[in-house]
Amino acid sequence: MTILLAACAAGLFAVGTYLVLQRKLSRIIVGLGLLTHGANLLLIGSGRRGNPPIIGFSDVGSFSDPLPQALALTAIVISFAVTTLLLALAYRSWMLTQDDEVEDDIGDRDVARASVLEEEIHDQETAMTDGVLDPAP
Amino acid sequence: MSWLVPLPIVLPLLGAALSILAGRSRLAQRVIGVTVLTALVGVAAVLLVAVDRDGTIVSRAGAWPAPLGITLVADRFAATMVMVASVMLLGVLLYAIAEPGVERNHVGFQSVYLVLAGGVAASFLTGDLFNLFVAFEMMLTASYVLLTLGGSREQVRSGMTYVVISLLASTLFVTSLALLYAATGTVNMADLAVRMAELPPGVRSAFAVLLLVVFGIKAALFPLFFWLPDSYPIAPSPITAVFAGLLTKVGIYAIVRTQTLFFPADSRPGTLLLVLAGATMIVGVLGALAQDDVKRILSFTIVGQIGYLAFGLGLFTVAGVAAAVFSMVHHIVVTTALFLASGLIERTGGSSRLTAVGGMVRKAPVMAALFLIPALSVAGIPPLSGFVSKFALIDAGIVAHQYPIVAVSLVVSLLTLLSMLRIWAGVFWNPVEEPSVSIAAVAPAVTRRPAMMLSAAAVVVCSLAVAGAAGPLYGLSNRTAHDLLDRTDYIAEVSRR
Repeated sequence: MTILLAACAAGLFAVGTYLVLQRKLSRIIVGLGLLTHGANLLLIGSGRRGNPPIIGFSDVGSFSDPLPQALALTAIVISFAVTTLLLALAYRSWMLTQDDEVEDDIGDRDVARASVLEEEIHDQETAMTDGVLDPAP
Repeated sequence: MSWLVPLPIVLPLLGAALSILAGRSRLAQRVIGVTVLTALVGVAAVLLVAVDRDGTIVSRAGAWPAPLGITLVADRFAATMVMVASVMLLGVLLYAIAEPGVERNHVGFQSVYLVLAGGVAASFLTGDLFNLFVAFEMMLTASYVLLTLGGSREQVRSGMTYVVISLLASTLFVTSLALLYAATGTVNMADLAVRMAELPPGVRSAFAVLLLVVFGIKAALFPLFFWLPDSYPIAPSPITAVFAGLLTKVGIYAIVRTQTLFFPADSRPGTLLLVLAGATMIVGVLGALAQDDVKRILSFTIVGQIGYLAFGLGLFTVAGVAAAVFSMVHHIVVTTALFLASGLIERTGGSSRLTAVGGMVRKAPVMAALFLIPALSVAGIPPLSGFVSKFALIDAGIVAHQYPIVAVSLVVSLLTLLSMLRIWAGVFWNPVEEPSVSIAAVAPAVTRRPAMMLSAAAVVVCSLAVAGAAGPLYGLSNRTAHDLLDRTDYIAEVSRR
């Protein structure tokens, strides 16, 4: 059972990591959701399994460990809230840009602009030298 | 005295709730915010004095004994951090009230800000690793809202990156919590410290590195810092100031706490931390030199300074950790002051680009002084607090025979001075090179704002006070470092019934 849970968590982590690395915001959010599910499964898997931990219901020695379940519940609530916020942000981003692709950051844009500029200068230079070296027939 | 320990968490949260109820009146919200944070400063001061005199104070929720119930622990380290953080939170709130901007325009600012304050205090005071996760989330969720207040395109873009990275770090935190619980069967920090000793050394080292990654993302350690210089400069200046001053230091606090408390001397990743510290310093300062915007330069400078804190911890000697604790206090105050000064620059000049502002030393001499003092302090010029912090770090490094990192930190400190002087030359001395379009729009708003100046000045005075009280503060840091590395006192106090 623990191995099954661990395998599920591993699968969720793999798919989540793949999705988080995409450029579409919607996929990133789904990816994060899957990642948090993986973490929560792992949390549930970290405790001992057994009968419901209610005194009088079964033998105390066969109780399951209730603490990881409580922890997982808290973690689920928190990730739920943050995912909602993320969705609101993504919606806002879509309203502003009409696209759900993650934009380049300022540094990336500067580098891209600089390289385009360099290319243009390079093109001009080659054009000029070509002009000098190959006189019109 | 144990009833004092939950107050720094409860007071801001109560204040936040009241602030929402008083949403109609900004004045009432301001009174609530300032009163709560002033009370927080008072509580923190009493707590610090009591803890330093009588030793660690533990508060048990519902009187449940340690590994079962939720514990809050105020030891010297936590109490010192709560003290510094509450003073900075109050200073930045006063600045935010004085600045015509984010606080005035958004009903939610005050209450979210108080939740952030409660989250920061909870991260410092918690004695339970899972509660550290909850406290982090409280602080981070508030910071997501603060970062994207206004919802402009740039804010949403950089806020998105910030939220995704933080959520990923939190997921990793939950994962390591699950693994820790599976291995030890507890999430209480003192209990973890005891049970960690029973694990094989390899597993212990794996946990040490896992926790380092989790908190390294929040603390912006190399190579996990990329999100910081991209997201911090976009927020309004008081918010950037509180993020820069407090949030990264909470990450460093968690690193110091977990690495010293959980792991015995043989499985602490000392060399790894020193290598990361060196890389963080170099990358941070080189990034700062390459930028041409005051806020972006300062953001990279924070990354560089985080390297110094990791350097002190990585030595794992009393002198090294003491220097790291002292430097944390210094960095919290000084980075907050620097970002408030950059807010003043932006407000007066209409832009924070070096080329778009200039010649301010004549126009605003007081502002120039408010920037210069923390700037020189960050670079480590005596007699300011940065000098004391760097001197202590380098001294500890030499005593521990870690010469490469000492050399790196000296060179980086020189380059930090260079990057600060670039701001000084660009903003205060040189004439305006390319006036930005926005100046015309902002210029009418450039009136004297004594309240903004005063609140920024108060934070700068705090940074001077850190230098002035360096002797007693260093003594306190030394005792803190003893407690942190010895850990028997912490464990004994928490597990006492």
